[in-house]
Amino acid sequence: MIHHYLGPVEPWFQLVAALLLVWAMIFYPMLSIWTNERYKNWPMHRYVCWFAGVIVAGASLVGPLANAAHTSFSAHMTGHLLLGMLAPLLLLHGKPLALVMRALPTNAARRLIRLMNSRFISFASHPVSTALLNFGGLFVLYRTDLFIWMHQSTWVYALVHIHVLFAGYLFTWSILHGDLTIHRHSFRLRAAVLIVALASHKVLAKLLYAMPPAGVTTSDGEMGALIMYYGGDVIDLALIILFCYSWYKATAPGRITRAI
Amino acid sequence: MAGKDQAKRSEDAHKLKKRNFWSGVLFGIGSMAFVDEVIFHQLLQWHHFYDLATPQVGIFADGLLNSFAWFAAVGGLFLFADLRRRQAANMRYWIASILIGAGAFQLFDGIIDHKVFRTHQIRYQVELWPYDLSWNLFGAALLIAGIILAKSAKERRSV
Repeated sequence: MIHHYLGPVEPWFQLVAALLLVWAMIFYPMLSIWTNERYKNWPMHRYVCWFAGVIVAGASLVGPLANAAHTSFSAHMTGHLLLGMLAPLLLLHGKPLALVMRALPTNAARRLIRLMNSRFISFASHPVSTALLNFGGLFVLYRTDLFIWMHQSTWVYALVHIHVLFAGYLFTWSILHGDLTIHRHSFRLRAAVLIVALASHKVLAKLLYAMPPAGVTTSDGEMGALIMYYGGDVIDLALIILFCYSWYKATAPGRITRAI
Repeated sequence: MAGKDQAKRSEDAHKLKKRNFWSGVLFGIGSMAFVDEVIFHQLLQWHHFYDLATPQVGIFADGLLNSFAWFAAVGGLFLFADLRRRQAANMRYWIASILIGAGAFQLFDGIIDHKVFRTHQIRYQVELWPYDLSWNLFGAALLIAGIILAKSAKERRSV
């Protein structure tokens, strides 16, 4: 049980989240079917990944798990694994940026590319930056009073959840390069960042096991930390396999090897 | 031209031989860490997830070691798959390097992790030294077996 919790999450949060998720489910196939007239058919597995990603994100934002997460730390942690690790991995394989690029008129696409070539995006999309944003954010959430504020204000609650999803997405993207990626980095650098980042996830899980956030009971805190550690391990494994597989494909003999 | 080609080919062969070694070592490290997790953490439950006596540096070192081991297990197998598709895999040498990796990891875990960083102990509420001794002897045995096998693989190839 989380004791410091004062008010329920106001209904507008779940309503807005549900609307956005439905919008993502409608807009994606609209874009792809519309662009199929001019380009190759958008592959089926990308629809599957995108829909699965939206559903996973939805499960953690709306409905029974989201309600339980307000009073139980283990439910909260399960929701965060879904929202911050699994949903980004699935959504990324829907290649939303490539789809948007395909749908935009030439001039607008050029402008978007120019924006993505900017120094700020180059800095922000560097694996080290995205790892700091993602895992640094987690340390701030669980090791400061932010965790209590989150349960007192729906606005903070909304911001934290948007951050978890986006930071997770950017991190997964910068490691796997699954979607259209402009600033690419070497396998070696990405492997090193991935190892350190996953280590910090494990470290945080152990720290939470020893000292749960304020207001969380010991047994609930221990359960949540174990979910974070071992649940994280499963998704980490998927991430590592996908990463190594991309190396395996990129270095195939007979293929012109790219430096990165 | 021919000399240049030959030089490049021997350089490639050297690179693949090194890859053969590292692929095995990484996979050895990864699988030993996996065995440790399954047998001692989950099945026997001798190791504790966290024993409250661990200093902060121990938690950090352990996290880094574990995430590296996950990566090593998967990365080692993909490196091996790469050798297979290049027809450059040497089975005997690969198994030798797995033993070297596994033995080195076991020794590292037994000496640095358990004794220097004191992340956790092998078992609790028992006389510890027989456990520590057999843990490290087992690691050393794996390491030595790996080195002997690697030597024999080398001799076989040069004959």
